[in-house]
Parts: sequence; C-alpha cells; structure tokens
Amino acid sequence: MPDAPGLELILAEINRSEPGAVIDTSFDREQAALIVDSTKILAVLGWLKDTPGQEYTFLDSVHGVDYLPNTPRFAVHYELLNRERYERLRIKALLADPAAADESGVTVSAGTTAPSATPDPSANGTDAPVPTALSPEGVEMPRIDSCVHLYPTADFQEREVFDFFGIHFDGHPDLRRILMPEDYVGWPQRRDFPVGGEPVIFTKDEVSNPGWWQ
Amino acid sequence: MPPPEGLSPVEEALRDEEVTVSDLKSTLEERLPGASVELAPEQEMMTVNMGPHHPATHGVLRLIVDLEGEVVKDLKPVVGYVHTGIEKSCETMNYWKVIPFVERMDYLGYFSNMESYVGAVEKLVGLEIPRRAQYLRVLHLELNRLHSHLVWLGTSALDLGAMGVYFYCFRDRDRVLDVFEMSTGQRMHTRYFQIGGVAEDIPAGFEKKVRELIETMKIGIGQYESLLDRNEIFLHRTKGVGIVERQRLLDLGVTGPLLRASGDAWDLRKEEGYLVYPEIEFDVPVGTVGDGYDRYRVRLTEMRESLKIIEQCLDGMPEGPWLANDRKYVLPPRAELSTSMESLIHHFKLVTEGFRVAPGEIYNPVESPRGELGCFILADGSSKPARVHFREPSFVNLQSLRDMSIGEYVADLIQTLAMLDPILGGIDR
Repeated sequence: MPDAPGLELILAEINRSEPGAVIDTSFDREQAALIVDSTKILAVLGWLKDTPGQEYTFLDSVHGVDYLPNTPRFAVHYELLNRERYERLRIKALLADPAAADESGVTVSAGTTAPSATPDPSANGTDAPVPTALSPEGVEMPRIDSCVHLYPTADFQEREVFDFFGIHFDGHPDLRRILMPEDYVGWPQRRDFPVGGEPVIFTKDEVSNPGWWQ
Repeated sequence: MPPPEGLSPVEEALRDEEVTVSDLKSTLEERLPGASVELAPEQEMMTVNMGPHHPATHGVLRLIVDLEGEVVKDLKPVVGYVHTGIEKSCETMNYWKVIPFVERMDYLGYFSNMESYVGAVEKLVGLEIPRRAQYLRVLHLELNRLHSHLVWLGTSALDLGAMGVYFYCFRDRDRVLDVFEMSTGQRMHTRYFQIGGVAEDIPAGFEKKVRELIETMKIGIGQYESLLDRNEIFLHRTKGVGIVERQRLLDLGVTGPLLRASGDAWDLRKEEGYLVYPEIEFDVPVGTVGDGYDRYRVRLTEMRESLKIIEQCLDGMPEGPWLANDRKYVLPPRAELSTSMESLIHHFKLVTEGFRVAPGEIYNPVESPRGELGCFILADGSSKPARVHFREPSFVNLQSLRDMSIGEYVADLIQTLAMLDPILGGIDR
C-alpha cells in the first residue's frame, strides 16, 4: 500500500503527464486513495496500469457512492490491486449531479469539480460524444468514461453502478440495467431514493379492492 | 397469390411448406435453382433460452445462448431475479444490525460474508479483537468453506449424472451444520460474528465433536474421490472442457478456485493475511490446465487443507475472552447488567442507537469459498453506514462463463456452469 508520501509522488507524476488529473490524495485507516478528475479517469487508470513500477493490473471492484448532501454528489470508486507487491489503491472519480445544478441556481462547481459538470469537448478527443446523457425520464445523468477496454472485469460492475446510481458510462459496450428490471424507473441506491416506496401488489387484495395500491 | 415483398428466397420456400432449415439446405439447390446454398449466419444460428428455472443453474439464472448446431457461439447471462436490495437495506440499519442482512447474500458462505463486513467495521473503528475470537473465526470460516464446497460438489456431480455423490456430500454437509448448531445455535445464517469478536464461546464438548468431524471428513473426501476420480463419464465430461487462459481470467477479475485451477496460487488468506491465517500452516492447491477437472481437484484439495486449518485451530486455541472489552462498541456481558449501572447505560445506548463511526471509507477483502469477497463501507459519522457495497466473487466470476463456453458443446455448458459455482443470492444481492 503506498503511504502518504508515496501517494504524493504518484500525484506529482500523473499530473506531470496529465495536468490536473489527480486533485487530491487521502490516506485514511491504512488505505490509500487518489481523488481524480472524472473527465481524465481513463488517463489515470491507464497510467497506473501500464507505467513500469506501478502496474496496478488487477481491478477488484467498481462501485458507485452517493455523498449526498456533499458536493460533488457522486463518485465512482475503482479498487486497484498490484498483485506482485500486494498493494491496493482506491481511485475516486468525483461526479457532480447535473440535474441538481439545473434546478437550484447555486451551481455545484465547488472549485475543482467544475470540469465534470460540463465536460470540455476538446478533452474528449475527435469523436466528441453527445454533450449530455439523459435518463429515460429525461433527467440529465452524470457521465464518466467506461474503462471496460482497460479492465474487462468492469463490464458487469459498471452496469451495476449505472443501474443503481444512474451514472452513465460513455463507451460501455452494453449499458443496460443488470439487477433491477429493465423497465424500472429511478436509481435505487441514491441516498434520496426512499426505502419501501414500492407498492406490493397481492392478487388477493386486487380482487376485493381493485387499484388499492394507487 | 403474389409473394409478399421483402422475403428472401429461403423464406419464400419456408412459407409454402413445413420445411426445417436443415432439410432446406440439402434440397435448396434443386428447389430453388440459382439460390445460394450458403445460408446467412442468422438462419443457421438458433437462440435458446436456458433458465431462469433450470435445475442446472443452481438458482435463478437465465442464460441466452446462441447455438450453431450443438456448439455455443455466444452467451449472455441475465441476472437480477432474486435481487432483494440488501445493500440498500444495510443503509437503514445500525452497524451491528446489518450483520444478518449480509449473511443472506451468498447463502452458502455466510461466515465469509460476516467476516468481510464485520472486519470492515472493525477496521473503521480501529477495534482489536481477542486472540480466541480470531481462532474461533478462522475455525468457523474453514468449516464454512467445507460446507460450501460439499454443497457444490454434491450438486455439480448431480448435474453430471453422478447421483450417489450428492447423498454422500449432503450427509457430511449436515454433520458440518450440526457443528454450527452446537456453537452458534443455528444451522445456517448464524449471526455468530460480532463486531469485536464472536457472539458466544464454544460449548463444552465442541472440540470433541469437531475432531470427530475431521476424522469422518477425511474418510468422506476419500469416498467422493473414489466415486468420481475413476468415473469414466465424469472424467470425459470435465477434462479439457471450459479452459480459459490465465491472463484472460485475470483481466475478467476472476478469483478463487477458478483462478487457482489455472495455476495461479492466489489466495487472500496468504496474501492479505487477515485474522490468524499467517500463523497457520496450509497449502494453496493449484491446477495446471484450468479445465473442469482441475477446478474439481482444486476444491477437493482445498477441503483437505481446510481440515488441516481446523485441526490447527483446535490445537492452538488460546484461552481468554472471545469478545473485545470495549464498551463503546461491544455489548457488555449479560450478567453485568443487573449489578452495574454503567453497563446498563452502555447496553441501552448500543441497542437503541448503536455506535457512531467517524467518517471514512474502508474496503475489506477476504477469501470466500468462491474468491475475493470485498466489503466497502462508507461511514458518514452517524450510527448507520452511508453505503455498503459487496464485491461478490460470484457476480464477477460469472462474466467468465461466456469465455469458457464459446466454442464448446451446449451439453458442456452444464459442466462449465457447475464448475463455476455461482451462488445467485450472492450475484443478485
């Protein structure tokens, strides 16, 4: 596990080749983490995977986190592992909620997170994707680049993050819901999604009292 | 009647009579002079739905399989049929009330689930657990591995037509559950691991019972081997089937016996060295080819290694407390409640409100019977976790099923799936 000074070295080295990619580091309870700009996530992951001396070639887990009420609200975490040295490193890509920025006049662009809310078209290369990703209900979703081509294991896990948090992964080969039903509305793991909000329709009640659950 | 527009010659021929694609192909030339004998790929391919209620899927798993004749050309797993929102439910509960939830994900590896979660909370609050509790945990984790592999072996052999193995495995599996019942009071979903140790000390006579179990199991494992190792059908169906090269498995994030069968001695009990595993001597069995037979051999040898670990745990079990003595996180002993006001207050606060955890994040991986089971917890300063996520080995390993089955016969898909050992409760959570 890289310690706090080791993390600072990694930060400096990544930012030398990709300025502004790593925003901050954290070393908490013996676990190391890099906080990165979500628009440059592929550059960071690629650097950590391929640079000699780093070689974090194994991706353990990809999961979404909702930091409500903090801003930026969302994050996608990548748990990387170097198998030779047995070193773990967590990459946290922070994502602002574009829908929240529209509603309240207060923008969530607290300093460093502005690029994720409005991606710079030049940073996306030649084939600039659509500027926004809309959920089926027409609400703008946070977006991040998919890392499936770097780590094929991310396929199911990114689908799971999409399914539960409504985070759109650009370039994912098959971005569909995975655990919830295909026609499900809403993103259940978000903190503002209620528990128990689902009506349970028992056939016995429907006969005696049609539409009781409405 | 003029033919409807947009039909290919093949479809036109099919429209008139009841003709199957295969006999159409043989008579195409004479019936439709000038038409190409080669059929388009989608006309030779057949998409078959397997599951979700199929006895060989070991749960509610649906596979959409594209077949060309008998050969699998593509495969898509569809999961989520038993999704119960366990991760979401965990966010509504105090830290110590979450334990029964997480046990029910991978319903054969409940001690691993608990260790992954409870260990994560202990790391979050910085709680050291007593030596005796560590030994008891390792003991139960390994008994659990035994139990899980026995269920796997019984059902997998059943899939391949070896009915007898099932009865032998479930006979011995019940003996393991008897031991669980003795120490924890429950046969499954025991809620034995507490934050800070284990719930109860083992009763008198437990050691004798476990030693008896070890002796029975040593004979039992030999019995399964003699039933399967020279079973012509079993060998033919498992050898050389479902091989994926090691690098591809690593790219797909596969861990556990599947990875070890391909020759990679990757075991978190050795690498991470949690609890007292570093002090215990055991080997990590590996395969050479990575086919179904190697996966079977690796798991069977793992059961032998588990017996070794259990024996060492019994030999080295220290005396002492089995629960940490930190009243901010651990319930006081029951007897103290009637004499000490302070204990009563602690008990009341812990049961009603739970304990608060300073903000932070933790990822705690353990080696479950199926591979790396990682628990991520986000603490926001309250007495409930803000996010609990599990990196389920079944969920990640299932991605490799496509690579394992493409190009193989559809009958071998049953074998591949059985040797993959997915637990749908764990996949769907």
